[in-house]
Amino acid sequence: MNSLLAAGTSPEFALPSIEYRLISPILLVLGMAVISVLVEAFVPRAHRRVVQLVLTFSTLIVALILVVMLAGQRAVTAAGSLAVDGPALFMQGTLLVLALMAALLVAERGVDPAGDAFAARANALPGSIDEREFTKRGWLTTEVWCLFLFSVGGMMLFVTGTDLLILFVALEIMSLPLYLLAGIARRRRLLSQEAAMKYFLLGAFSSGFFLYGSALLYGFAGTVDLGGIADAITANAGQNGLLIAGTALIAVGLFFKVAAVPFHQWAPDVYQGSPTAITAFMASCVKVAAFGAMLRIMYVALGGVRWDWRPMFWVIAILTMFVGSIIALTQTDVKRMLAYSSVAHAGFLLIAVVATNEEGLAGAMFYLLAYGVATIGGFGVITLVRDSTGEATHLSSWAGLGKRSPWVAGAFAVFLLSFAGIPLTAGFIGKFAVFEAGVAGGAGWLVVAAVLASAIAVFFYGRVIVILLFSVPAADGPTVVVPSSFTAFAIAAGLSLTVVLGIIPQPFLDLAEKASIFVR
Amino acid sequence: MNISSTLASVVASGQIEASNIDPSVNAPAVATGAFSFMWLLIALPLLGAAILLIFGKRTDKWGPYLAIAMSCGAFIVGAVMYLTMLGLPANDRPVNLHIWDWVIVGDFQAPIGMQLDQLSIIFVLLITFVGSLIHIYSLGYMKHDPEKRKFFAYLNLFVAAMLLLVTADSYLLLYVGWEGVGLASYLLIGFWQYKPSAAVAAKKAFVVNRVGDVGLSIAIMLMFVTFGSVTFSGVLEDPAAANESTLTWIGLALLLAACGKSAQFPLQSWLLDAMEGPTPVSALIHAATMVTAGVYLIVRSAPIFDAAPDARTAVMVIGAITLIFGAIIGCAKDDIKKALAGSTMSQIGYMILAAGLGPVGYVFAIFHLVTHGFFKANMFLGAGSIMHGMNDQLDMRRFGALRKVMVITFITFSCGWLAIMGVPPFAGFYSKDKIIEAAFGVNVIVGAVALLGAGITAFYMTRLWTMTFTGKSRWTDDNKHPHESSAVMWIPMAILAFLSVVAGFMLAGAIETWLAPVTGFEETELAVSSLVMECASLALVVLGATIAYLQYRRDVPLVAPQHVSPLTVAARQDLYGDAFNEEVFMRPGQWLTRSMVFFDNRGIDALVNGIAASLGGLSGRMRRIQTGFARSYALSMLAGAVIVVATLILVRM
Repeated sequence: MNSLLAAGTSPEFALPSIEYRLISPILLVLGMAVISVLVEAFVPRAHRRVVQLVLTFSTLIVALILVVMLAGQRAVTAAGSLAVDGPALFMQGTLLVLALMAALLVAERGVDPAGDAFAARANALPGSIDEREFTKRGWLTTEVWCLFLFSVGGMMLFVTGTDLLILFVALEIMSLPLYLLAGIARRRRLLSQEAAMKYFLLGAFSSGFFLYGSALLYGFAGTVDLGGIADAITANAGQNGLLIAGTALIAVGLFFKVAAVPFHQWAPDVYQGSPTAITAFMASCVKVAAFGAMLRIMYVALGGVRWDWRPMFWVIAILTMFVGSIIALTQTDVKRMLAYSSVAHAGFLLIAVVATNEEGLAGAMFYLLAYGVATIGGFGVITLVRDSTGEATHLSSWAGLGKRSPWVAGAFAVFLLSFAGIPLTAGFIGKFAVFEAGVAGGAGWLVVAAVLASAIAVFFYGRVIVILLFSVPAADGPTVVVPSSFTAFAIAAGLSLTVVLGIIPQPFLDLAEKASIFVR
Repeated sequence: MNISSTLASVVASGQIEASNIDPSVNAPAVATGAFSFMWLLIALPLLGAAILLIFGKRTDKWGPYLAIAMSCGAFIVGAVMYLTMLGLPANDRPVNLHIWDWVIVGDFQAPIGMQLDQLSIIFVLLITFVGSLIHIYSLGYMKHDPEKRKFFAYLNLFVAAMLLLVTADSYLLLYVGWEGVGLASYLLIGFWQYKPSAAVAAKKAFVVNRVGDVGLSIAIMLMFVTFGSVTFSGVLEDPAAANESTLTWIGLALLLAACGKSAQFPLQSWLLDAMEGPTPVSALIHAATMVTAGVYLIVRSAPIFDAAPDARTAVMVIGAITLIFGAIIGCAKDDIKKALAGSTMSQIGYMILAAGLGPVGYVFAIFHLVTHGFFKANMFLGAGSIMHGMNDQLDMRRFGALRKVMVITFITFSCGWLAIMGVPPFAGFYSKDKIIEAAFGVNVIVGAVALLGAGITAFYMTRLWTMTFTGKSRWTDDNKHPHESSAVMWIPMAILAFLSVVAGFMLAGAIETWLAPVTGFEETELAVSSLVMECASLALVVLGATIAYLQYRRDVPLVAPQHVSPLTVAARQDLYGDAFNEEVFMRPGQWLTRSMVFFDNRGIDALVNGIAASLGGLSGRMRRIQTGFARSYALSMLAGAVIVVATLILVRM
């Protein structure tokens, strides 16, 4: 942006220099998303699924390879609007790994007798004759894949952008496809559409906050560049209403995306209503992307006024941890319980933001990876437990699942243990790293509160494990469907990563630590 | 299978070695070459156990053979390590293999690594060699057991855990192995869990061992607080830097741990009941290897005990008490396995005593541990062979005259019998007499106890031998036709019998040189020549053996006589070990538990339940905010925004 402004002084328009190599992963994903739209337009219906699958998976894998090849880069490019640095690349990598796992769940069509997890035609009215007709013809909503790729591209942009406008655009690229994806479940379509509607309305509301906050910060600093804002803060050390108000509104926009209390209420409804594969994608990847952006904005642009915003973050973090954990205690639906659990995790992650040190950044990146793999694995298990009406998500029907399907129940138990932060799972190391960063960053009491909240959380995770493994199975309980290798692979990957990150965390912690410096 | 040759090379190399070894420069080198494969030692048997347990019934047919192969494989790996070590100068022998860092966060470091030195390699060879023999023996012994596969899986699990215990490079990892062998022991004692006695015995072993384990965990915590490390190198490098009372506490806590695992007074009671397990288990775990883990722990921690003389004295006293204690129990038991168990207790008492003597004794503790491992395993396998031929009869009053029908068992068992009594040139002579001499060098009373123990040992072992093999047959109707066991059983016995004969003179002298760099070694200074000592102990042995032979050669009543001396009554009751536990631990424990339960119900539970109930109530109320209406969600977001702005402004003001 700086160079753009500088260019404004000379009469002719100077083309900003862009190092395409540095942003090649993002360009690839977004470009392929466009091609994926063309596939929808030109490839015959019968072949679309295969083409889209090949396209999506190869895009994600190649993008991941590109990210790995870029490791160690630290540069600001695209006219100062994108920062390709350690955190950006680490989180792009995390996003791509999680997106690959989520894509496996999305690709599954072996568990529902009627096809995949999505409505045959999104525009057919639920319960209508059309709907039945489309279902009978076996049509599939393969547009899911374009939306999926766009969303992943937006997320990758969101963790890389170092300019409030780019960040806003990225936020929208990421969110709009998600609103749609949330609304096209094959089963319980009204619930799904309601979820999409709520998500959209509230998301639009929060985008408004974010955009208004950006405008106010521009008003304060005269630039939307994060580094420029930081410089402006150093230059005007005194009071400034625009800065305070801008900080608050930007924070609100981000709190919504990470589902911090009291901006969390969409989460349970949307998590429950969306197709479970999309819930997995949303719960893991959106959290990574939103925390990536939040960490960058708070550390890079607003680090100079951290004494101002830290107390507010304390309040939100404590509220989020406790409200999430406490409401989860009485949930009877597995998806809603995991939604509140994800709210509580957002609270723990906020500690890393409050820490404002390198350990906080590294800890948060590890935590997001640990949380993401367990989340996708957990939702993957949920897609398998079914009765005649679809997924059986009521906790009572999960009673004694361990007796009938020890492997599936055991895997779910491991994911819950990781959420609860029990040693030898990834979750423990993540919590440990974040809490330690919190203490080092002077947030000792916040960590004490977090430990108390974790204790409450252990209770509800433990309760589910007890129900799962030690209670008497319900007579007419749901069955555990044997999935195709897509879902099986996703769950196995989640399980092994959760265990490996718990037992041999050091290489990953080292990697996160090495990556924990933002460029500006 | 040729441990004899490898052990012989200990002798050879030991004599070639330069004798001026400086124990201070003995820091482990980083493992390279063959040593970098030492993880295989643990991985092989662990893999065996995993395959047998995970694939379950599918492995029924070939599972036992796989288990044997894994155990033998571990022995081969151990032998290669040993031969490699032989080729190195003494100070280069200890090697350390860093496996991975579990967590390194600030001051807390938990590196996971293995360490192999002169001490642990002896254990590795003993465990894998005796372990493999007993695996093979079990093939015959457990032939008709429907759960044979599970038995072999547990045996493999045991071998893996025991190897982890002796090759760990930190107390923390040792603790993992320590618990692992405890688990394997529990599973195997209770292997025939349909027998209530076996289930109860397993539980008892587990509970008593927990008491000891508390000692180990306290010791580890104290080490971490004192030295900031739990690795051997961190703790044992310079323990004298800590103050002596702390070291004494660490030493006592380690002793408590050793008492639990090695069945030493006052935690000895579980070992007798542990004989409920299948006999190969008794031979491997409860005679040759696991129960000697306490000796390993103390010898490994030698620098701590060297710096804490009070703790070391306590070790010596405990050893002396147990050695007499076990011997007396051994005199009164009619159950052949229990008599042998009493003997095990007593012999480990010798080892603990030797370890409590300090640098004059460490080496002999290990020496006796090795010879005992051979001859006691041999005798247990012999007992198993007898049971096998006698329809699982255990009561020696129903044996007699087996010499003629079970010739091989008779010969192998006799080798063990002569070895344990310490008759020259059998193995026990070399190892036990050294302990007695060293004990006299330190303290006359302890020496006298050790000497007396030798006499009693001769008495009860001869009693056992006489009642079983000589005299008239007192076989009952259900087993009129005792027979010799199959080759798969007697060949391992024969190998062990051979070692019971030769291990002593093969190792004598060499083992001191071999171990000195790790444990340190000092010659015992005696007032009288060692020949006098040997003659004295031999005289006692002959006396004890003669009395026993004369007494039990004649008719032995089928039912144990009731009108006997109070000592016999006491010995039959395990010297009131259980009664002691009941009075001293169980009753007050029950009282304590009851009062705690009361307090728990009234106080803590009320608090906990109160918190749970109020959180539940809170949760129920809070979830009502979740109305499902997007408009109220938006309102909540607006309220949140107000909170955010308000807090920011408040901070500014």
